[in-house]
Amino acid sequence: MARRAQPLGAALPLGLAAGALVLALSLGTLGAVAWRAEGGTGLSPADWAAIRFSLLQAVLSAGLSCLLAIPVARALARRRFPGRGLLITLLGAPLILPVIVGVLGLLAVFGRNGMLSAVLDPFGLGPVNIYGLHGVVLAHVFFNLPMATRLILQGWLAIPSERFRLAAALGFGPGDVARRLERPMLREVLPGAFLVTFLICITSFAVVLTLGGGPRATTVELAIYHAFRFEFDLGRAALLSLVQFGLCAAAALLALGAALPTGFSGGLDRPLARWDADSSVLRLQDAAVLSLAAGFLMVPLMLVVVRGLPGLADLPPAVWQAAGRSVAVALASAVLCVGLALPIALAATRLGGARGAALQGTGMLAIAASPLVMGTGLFILLFPVANPVALALPVTALVNAAMSLPFALRALTPAVAEAARSHGRLADSLGLRGLARLRLVTLPRLRRPLGFVLGLAAALSMGDLGVIALFADPDQATLPLQLYALMGAYRMEQAAGAALLLLVLSLGLFWIFDRGGRVNAAL
Amino acid sequence: MKLPIIAAAALCAAPALADTPVLTVYTYDSFVADWGPGPQIEAAFEETCNCDLKFVGAGDGAALLSRLQLEGSRSEADIVLGLDTNLTAAARETGLFADHGISADFDLPVAWDDPTFLPYDWGYFAFVYDKTRLETPPASFTDLIAAPDDLKVVIQDPRSSTPGLGLMLWVKAAYGADAADIWAGLAPHVLTVTKGWSESYGLFLDGEADMVLSYTTSPAYHLIAEEDDTKAAAAFAEGHYMQIEVAGRLAASDQPELADAFLRFMLSDAFQAVIPTTNWMYPAVTPAGGLPGGFDTLITPDRALIYSAQEAAQIRDAALAEWRDGLSR
Amino acid sequence: MLRFDKVTIRQGDFSLSADFTVPAGRIVALLGPSGAGKSTLIDTVAGFLAPDSGRILWQGTDITPLPPAARPVSVLFQDNNLFPHLSVAQNVGLGLRPDLRLSADQHAAVSAALHRVGLQDLERRKPAALSGGQRSRVALARMLLRARPVMLLDEPFAALGPALKADMLRLVAELADETGATVLMVTHDPGDARAIAQDTALVDGGRVAPPRDTGTLLADPPPALRAYLG
Repeated sequence: MARRAQPLGAALPLGLAAGALVLALSLGTLGAVAWRAEGGTGLSPADWAAIRFSLLQAVLSAGLSCLLAIPVARALARRRFPGRGLLITLLGAPLILPVIVGVLGLLAVFGRNGMLSAVLDPFGLGPVNIYGLHGVVLAHVFFNLPMATRLILQGWLAIPSERFRLAAALGFGPGDVARRLERPMLREVLPGAFLVTFLICITSFAVVLTLGGGPRATTVELAIYHAFRFEFDLGRAALLSLVQFGLCAAAALLALGAALPTGFSGGLDRPLARWDADSSVLRLQDAAVLSLAAGFLMVPLMLVVVRGLPGLADLPPAVWQAAGRSVAVALASAVLCVGLALPIALAATRLGGARGAALQGTGMLAIAASPLVMGTGLFILLFPVANPVALALPVTALVNAAMSLPFALRALTPAVAEAARSHGRLADSLGLRGLARLRLVTLPRLRRPLGFVLGLAAALSMGDLGVIALFADPDQATLPLQLYALMGAYRMEQAAGAALLLLVLSLGLFWIFDRGGRVNAAL
Repeated sequence: MKLPIIAAAALCAAPALADTPVLTVYTYDSFVADWGPGPQIEAAFEETCNCDLKFVGAGDGAALLSRLQLEGSRSEADIVLGLDTNLTAAARETGLFADHGISADFDLPVAWDDPTFLPYDWGYFAFVYDKTRLETPPASFTDLIAAPDDLKVVIQDPRSSTPGLGLMLWVKAAYGADAADIWAGLAPHVLTVTKGWSESYGLFLDGEADMVLSYTTSPAYHLIAEEDDTKAAAAFAEGHYMQIEVAGRLAASDQPELADAFLRFMLSDAFQAVIPTTNWMYPAVTPAGGLPGGFDTLITPDRALIYSAQEAAQIRDAALAEWRDGLSR
Repeated sequence: MLRFDKVTIRQGDFSLSADFTVPAGRIVALLGPSGAGKSTLIDTVAGFLAPDSGRILWQGTDITPLPPAARPVSVLFQDNNLFPHLSVAQNVGLGLRPDLRLSADQHAAVSAALHRVGLQDLERRKPAALSGGQRSRVALARMLLRARPVMLLDEPFAALGPALKADMLRLVAELADETGATVLMVTHDPGDARAIAQDTALVDGGRVAPPRDTGTLLADPPPALRAYLG
């Protein structure tokens, strides 16, 4: 192949440096924890039980999320109705929802004292019990169904409309369309959607903590937490973290053949013209599916709002200060995330082939990393040279940025590749390089995915409790930490208000950035 | 860039700080919260010590110890305040603490002779319920086991919460070898096991559970701070396990005299009088003014259960296995 | 003059060889079936592909090691010749300074170039608000400003209607004439060659034939060209 080596400019060293930083944050911190450990105890039977439970709940959660997402995505793909765009936008909400807020909302609906139990009570049924494996799975479906739906909906929209026209011309019924067009697409899209959901669920921590219902429901991440907290067994924590990397790597290898879903963002508002799904039965079916999904996802959020409003008025100043800190950390984390993701995406695209994939894979490592190990490792690494507590907020921003990186790379890399494909040669021939290229070509061409990534990283950071809890000093408390502090001080009404504030800020930050990427974005 | 600003601030502040020694106290977060004991105690101590008392919150009791273990002898802490007797064996093992050399008349249900750690408050673990929702609470663990299955309690994980650990040892202290069976019997009544006390208490106040593992003193908060007398603690016939919260001085402290002064201050009225209505625990040395009104309405267990630090450390792992297996049955 | 000195380019099973000279100031059409390697040759001159052997020389200097922007060439691609998020004036200005920090004189030069291609009133428009022909004119205006001695055209007008395409080719010929530029233009339509190219080179069978006078070549095509023309 006579492809000319293009001048790589600063993208390659920056990309490699960003990759190295991610590597240090994920595996380097693990190494630091292992190095500091004084002899490990190995894995106990309880740890093996945790590994089994992690796998079980992740398989169930991912399977159910994808299975339920199919009818929802199909209904969205083939129906046009007022509010369809809004519904698709709202589908983005649970992914970026702070877990603690989502769990509070789910309890308000599915708890023993929740809405569902109240509805069932007159019939002599209930109360509903949400605690246990089924509750964990329910919560994971709540958080991940929307993302699975979006990924699968993209598959539907990627089927060229001409094929549906051809199908109509040939007189295909819904069954024929499913067999000839939809199932082949699902076979391609589902493994990737399953993998992403599986990876998110297997490292689950906060959901399992609150809804697990007892020691049977222990995930590996939770076992890592216990290793730190109860035994202060750094060796076991590092070992368990390695196991978690192994599980994620195995899952990724199993699904290697599957094309990973690319975009989390962008153009889902195009409805498909369909001629095969006009029967009233199918219409009713789709309407029912969409109503159920919307209800399942939106009612918990509405209850968080309703319950939070009374407490919002008299939130103590400390909560507002914490909110300010959280926003600052979220903004820094968003910028850092893009600062890591963009060079990696650019360098990976330039490198291409196996080396590009390896660099991108490095960036993805964080999805399998334990924030607890990352935080503790950073503490061990920083303590000899600086006061980790004084650095709590910057460290939190950095770790949160790393945790958002896998999503950022999945959204950015295809856009970078597309920009290189469509305008890379033009820019090369005009001699656009370095900062001028970044300013005049790269950033404007990537505005939409960048807006999405900034919003996502900010929102995910906003709701994160993980690493700050290790470093925290109450003077530096973030909003989720403050929310726990309020709950810990018997102040439930204010905690509900803080939860609402957290919800509004997370969704608001996402909306502002995502919107900023779209408004006036010329194509 | 923030560094130059911080450096500049440090330079400006340096002369003023040079005159005032700083005493650094690591404690748990809720101690330093605006509504916790921290602010009042800091003000009171600084009036007398001619020093700067700096509370550093580091999560909860267990996180406090992990933090200290990570930092080792280079820790900035002079005092650690907020461990309980279930953690002191591990804390002593780090070799980071120095003996206090202080003797006092403690108002504790048990004798205190620990040379390294000094208690500052204590309480009994108990199941708290809402009188309007539960008219006849169970009067023992066996009562609770025998109750209909829809009587739900919410408890905390012994691996991440000091009350959770307390309950585990409570059952062990009361039932010894039968602890696993007690846990198996309790399992149907355990709605869920949460990470910390906050989540549990939140679930209880939201009406998710009928009872929550907390302290006999919890109803005092509702009574005094909210004028709400609907909450009560259920008295259990087996007796109640105690939590004694302690502080200790670090051997590597660069302010040994100040640290010593603080430990003495900790047992004085100025400190102890603040505890009941901020930490919602019993003071280790009852202040001259006695306990605040409302504390007299609380239940007082007939039997106080507690393991010594060494015993607690020894039986911990076996008790945890019983807890896990019993609840998983 | 532009010299292809025993150039061979291999891409997988495909290979293309070229060994000929184009005198300065000539317009040469590269004619041949799709897949014959016309665009490959253009990409090699532009610097997007490296030849596996041989050299390309401009006025006696080997340009093969140079990156695209340092070569004495401007390129018009089949599409994506403009950045959609930049205005007409900015797209043209890139021809003067890639970082767009233009002086007053340079702004005036941009206006003049747009004036020359007949787009004087559209400076602030974005490409999406232009017709296909207008977009081609913007790209030509930028080419004018870059003032590189070699113009490479990779069928940039293929999507335009016949009349518009004829206009554009005429404009290219005028600009080449005004600037004395050498032009290599890819086409699969002998009409394009006839319209403006003095010489035509047949690209077929893995070889670029040396350019010959367009009229003579088309009047008496060799067998390979006859097969292509049908």
